[in-house]
Parts: sequence; C-alpha cells; structure tokens
Amino acid sequence: MLLDSLFNGVAIGSVLLVAALGLAIVFGLMGVINLAHGELMMLGAYTTYVTQLIFKLPLLKPYYNAYVIVSIFLAFIVSGVVGILLEKTVIRKLYGSPLETLLATWGVSLILQQFVRSVPLAYGTGLVISLIIGLFLPTTFPLKIKESINFKYLKFSSWIIAASTGVLTGNVISSSVSKLSRASARNVDVTAPAWMRGQVEILGTAFPKTRLMIIIITLISVIAITLFLNQSAWGMRIRAVTQNRKMSDCLGISTEKVDVLTFGIGSGLAGVAGVAVSLLGSVGPNVGGNYIVGCFMVVVLGGVGNLLGTVLASFGIGIMTDLIGAGRLLSIWPDMPLPLSNTINFFATTSMARVMIFALIVIFLQFKPTGLFPQKGRMVES
Amino acid sequence: MEFQNLKLSKKTTFIAWVVIIAFIIAAPTILPVFRLNLLGRYLSLAIVALGVDLIWGFTGLLSLGQGIFFALGGYCAAMYLQITSSSEFPNNIPEFFGLYGVDNLPFFWEPFRSPIFSLFAIWVIPALVAGMLGFLVFRNRIKGVYFSILTQAALLVFFNFFNGQQKLINGTNGLKTDVTQLFGQMVGSESMQRMFFWVTALLVIAAWFFAKWVVKGRFGNILIGIRDDEPRVRFTGYNPVIFKTIIFSIAGGLAGISGALYTVQSGIVSPQFMTVPFSIEMVIWVAVGGRGTLLGAILGAVFINYAKSLVSEALPASWMFIQGGLFILVVTALPEGVLGWVQGDGPRNLLQRFGLKRKIETYPSLEVKNKEGNNE
Repeated sequence: MLLDSLFNGVAIGSVLLVAALGLAIVFGLMGVINLAHGELMMLGAYTTYVTQLIFKLPLLKPYYNAYVIVSIFLAFIVSGVVGILLEKTVIRKLYGSPLETLLATWGVSLILQQFVRSVPLAYGTGLVISLIIGLFLPTTFPLKIKESINFKYLKFSSWIIAASTGVLTGNVISSSVSKLSRASARNVDVTAPAWMRGQVEILGTAFPKTRLMIIIITLISVIAITLFLNQSAWGMRIRAVTQNRKMSDCLGISTEKVDVLTFGIGSGLAGVAGVAVSLLGSVGPNVGGNYIVGCFMVVVLGGVGNLLGTVLASFGIGIMTDLIGAGRLLSIWPDMPLPLSNTINFFATTSMARVMIFALIVIFLQFKPTGLFPQKGRMVES
Repeated sequence: MEFQNLKLSKKTTFIAWVVIIAFIIAAPTILPVFRLNLLGRYLSLAIVALGVDLIWGFTGLLSLGQGIFFALGGYCAAMYLQITSSSEFPNNIPEFFGLYGVDNLPFFWEPFRSPIFSLFAIWVIPALVAGMLGFLVFRNRIKGVYFSILTQAALLVFFNFFNGQQKLINGTNGLKTDVTQLFGQMVGSESMQRMFFWVTALLVIAAWFFAKWVVKGRFGNILIGIRDDEPRVRFTGYNPVIFKTIIFSIAGGLAGISGALYTVQSGIVSPQFMTVPFSIEMVIWVAVGGRGTLLGAILGAVFINYAKSLVSEALPASWMFIQGGLFILVVTALPEGVLGWVQGDGPRNLLQRFGLKRKIETYPSLEVKNKEGNNE
C-alpha cells in the first residue's frame, strides 16, 4: 500500500523531473525563460513516433525492439539542434532581459506547434536533418581550413549539401512511410515494444514497465548531466560563465560557444523528456503545453540554478500529487472526522489536486521566496 | 528593466484619437452586424490591455495571469444575467444547476440577484482578488520573472478550479448569456448588441482617461521609478509593495470590466478565458502597440484581434505562424512597439535604422547595461 503510493509518486515525479531538467539548465544557468521548452519536448515525442515508424520498415524490422533506445539519442539531437538554431537566431539578442525572452520564445512555441500541424512529418524530418548537417558539417573541418578566407564559401556549400540531403531524405521517407507523408493535426500514438509492455512484480506489488523505463531514463539523465557539469572541462566552463560572465570572457573562455552548448544541452534534455512523455499517452501538437508551467514551478521551488533542488522538488510534487489526487490519506486513516474527509474527497481528482499543489507551492514560496536552495551572494538581488 | 518611458507627442495622440473616434462613430453604419459585434468585442479587450499596460509598461510587472480577472468579471456578469432570467426554470435558479441535481443557489451566488451588487461585483471582485494575490507576492519581494511564473501558476490554479466545478459554475461548459434577458430584451438580440457596442466604446474612452489620470503626477512617477530601479525607490523612503498592489488591483478591476463586456458580446464565458495563451496574447497586444503609451494598448488590442479574425477566415493555418513571427519581431526589432516606432525616427530611418540612437532619459546605468547585454 505504502510502497504502491510511493512508487506512483516517484513515477509522477520522474516525469516532472526529466521535463524540468532541461529547463533547470536553461533557466537556472542562463536566466532564459524558455516557453518553447514544452514544444521542444513535443519535438522529442514526435521523433519517437517517426523513429518507431521507420523501424517498422523491412530493413530495420529485426531491430524494432531497440527503437525506444535509439529514439532517446535521436530526440536529444533533434531538440538540441532546434534549440541551437533558436539560440543563434533569437535568444542571443536577448540575454539579460528575461521577460523579453519569455515573449519571444512564446512566439517560437506557436510557430513550432503550427509547424507540426501543417507540415508532413516526413519533410519535417528532412528539414531537421538538413539543419543538423548544415550546423555541424562546417565545424568538422580542420582549423587550418576554418581560418582561411574561403571558408565562407565552404560553409555555404555545406548548407547546400545539407539542404539537398534534407529534401532527399524527406522524399524517401514520405514515399516509404505513408503515415508520414500527410500533414495532420490529429494526435498520434507511440506503442511501446513488447519487452516494455506488461508489469514487473517487486515485493508483491505490480509496477508497469513503461513507468520503470521512465524512471530509468530520468535517473540516467540526471546522473549524466551532473557528471557533465561537475567533471568535464566544458561543464566547468559553463559553471564559470554562470558565475561571472565577464571574468570568464577575460580568461579566454568563449562565452558564445558556452551559450550555444548550454542551450543545446538544455533543449536536448527536453527532447529526452519528450520520449518519456510519448510513452505515457498520445502525442499531439499541444502535448508540451501540459508540462511547461509544472516545469517552471519545479525549478522555482527547487531554487534556481540548483540541480539537487530540482530533483527534490519534482519528487516532492510527485508524491504530494499522488497523496492528494488519489485521496490516499483517507485509506491510511479511515475514520477521520467528517469535515476533514469531505475536504480530502473534494480535492481527490486530478484537476483539483493540481489546484491544491499549486496553492501549496504559492504558500511555500511565502516562507521561502527563493525556493528550497536559494542562490547566495550579491548578484542575486539585482 | 531596460526600457525608457515613451512620451507620445500631442500630435500623435491627437491623430490617433481622431482615427479611433471617427472609426467608432462610423462603424455601426458601415459594418454589418457580425463585424460590428466583433469590433465591439475587440474594443472591450482594449480595456484589459490598458490594465496590462499600466502594470507592465509603467510598473514593469509582467503578469501572465490577467485572464483570471478577465474571466472573473465575465462570470459575475454572466451569473447575474442567468439568475435574473431564470424564473421559468425549477427552483428559480439557472437551468444548468438542474443537470447536476443542485436545488438551491450556492450561497455565494445569492447576492447576484441584485443588479446593483452585480454591477459593482464585476470590477470590485477581480480588483480584490488581484489585490490579495498581488500583496502576497509583492510582500515577499518576488519580482521580475518569478512574478510572471507565479501569476501563470495562479492562472492554472483558477483554470483547473473553474474547469472542475460543475455544480457551482457549470464547469468546462461555461455560462451562456445569449438567451438571457436584460431590460426585457434578449441579450443576444441585435439592438442589445448595438447598445453594448456603444457602452464598450464609451468605457474604453473612460478607461483611457482613468489610466491617464493614474499615471500622471507623483503616483505615476513612483510607478516608473519602481520599473526602472526598485531598490532605489525603496531607499528613498517609499514602500513599493503598496504601490504595486494598488496598480495590480487597478489592472485587475479593468480586466474584470473588460471580461464582462466581452462576455455579453460573445455570448458565453467559460474557463477558456483562463487559458495560458490568451493571457500571453494580452501582453503582446500591448507590446505591438507600444508599451507605456496607453494608446498603443488600445490600438494593439483592436487591430491585432481584427487582423486575427480576418486572417483566420482567409487562411486558417497561417495565423499561428503570423502571430509567432509577430512576437519575435516585436521583441527583437521593435521593442517600443509600432507607436514608438512611428513616434521615434522609425519612418525616417527606415533605411538606415541600424544607426538609430536612443536618447537617454532614465537612470544612465540602465542604458549601459542594455548595450552590453549582460545580467550581472
């Protein structure tokens, strides 16, 4: 009973956590309010769907069971690249004015939603592929070529290669997978492979395997990102720029590269979250909107710029949601006084549980306005 | 906030008002009833946009939760209309209560039997809710981005609550006002709609004068001070909490009036008024028109919505692209909105506007910060 409740709470919390993780980086480390985060998740979810259909082709059929694993990496790349493009075109102009980023990214989210509705997924895939090639091909050239004057022509020609590859793959996918050749605003379904369906029994309680899979994805993402930020050289650069941009710049860190990298990783994590979300229910253009406010609440509650806080906050919210939404307190304490039990029953629906959770968070922020683990120092006030 | 107060010149204001008033007077004769009704709705949205301009353009508080107060005003108006025209239904209560087996009017709807109470409730209740919410938030010095996120969360709280409560407010179906009676006439009838158009037009002008009066003089200066450098205002001996709470509840009241007018003209109020996109759109009307100009808010609200309905009739899929592009364009290229662009050297410098230099009116360090673009 208790284990069941705890598991449900952890499952809800891990979805929140994996969704909020990318935001914790983009918002916490860069101070960018990315309202398109939900739409980057949606791109990840659609990537899962496209991967699934491609793995049904005769050539890849034998490996069908592995498509979820593959799609995690693909989703990271797809959302990451779209994020990098976003950073390079819009966000870069708006550093230091978070409210402006909020409005601009909201515009981006509208465009992404409508894009998914009115462009066939096959051509969308082609476009993403050409973006990937166009952005990364020039960076693979050796330094000697990069510094030469003719490099801009090389860059230009690599974009042409990218565009033609994109059109080609778009056409190939469109002709081989009929489901992807038409634009549709309808929701699509991702079906988990056989090995992920069903339940596992631990200590006499049955746990659905997809939920376990999401918990594992979350766990791996958290560990990977923590290791990256704390152990790698680029992670150290990211932290340095977060703490003092000017000083880092003086010490020879390319802040521009760091910005692109940070935003790319944050967006990529949104893609991974999208894979997790696609396993839970159907995928549609609006799927991201359901998560975005919750994600922000997690980040604010945990304390901006603190990953541990984000982890604790999301599991806390998850467990509370389960406690309130399923009316668990009643089953633990069956003969409580009537007014109390009436109140609990009143809140024991999904939507009312959300009301209660948000109200509790607002009350909590009355006592700790900067979250569980506030940032310290002089720069916080300004 | 790196934003300087834009003062519209007498000339621009005069021309804009001549256009607006000529338009309002001409509209009922040249527009068909359907379009007139749409225009009336969009004019009522101009009132909520004025409120957004007061709190965002002048005080620097970006609220993403104005939909709460908008919908509250709408619900007050709709409930009054439903109750007054419920005499033919069992128990003298609106029809929808019967569907959920409710026999008595919930106690908090009881006062809405009185027209005078309802008339006040439309703006007092949203203003009170805004004031309470604002006071709790501002007291803890939650500001900037955190304020925006918190108001958005509050919006979701209200949305979920209203969506889930069938027995009290008809849940997700909302309250219809089309077939209700007012002064012995159907609210949805043509003559009533024409009257609502005139009422809305007059109220927009009244709201503009009111907003103008609010930002005039010392009170307005403190608001701008809060926007530009809040710690400095505090050190000078003013308590920003009080001023922010007052202006936030004024904006809430304006939103309530706007919501009521919108409801009677669109025929329904539902939790859809409290969705996240709608509240963010309100901000973009102001941003496009020109924040901190008041007039820009009115023009932005009316023109963007009118364009929206025209574009979505012709090319349904393209409006989202246009709207998204507009957001990005305004934020990156026209931070002072269309009015600010026209007022400034915009048209003259259209070709060489990359060399455009803004004059410094506010605290100098803000300008420096803006140029270097860092957040420390």
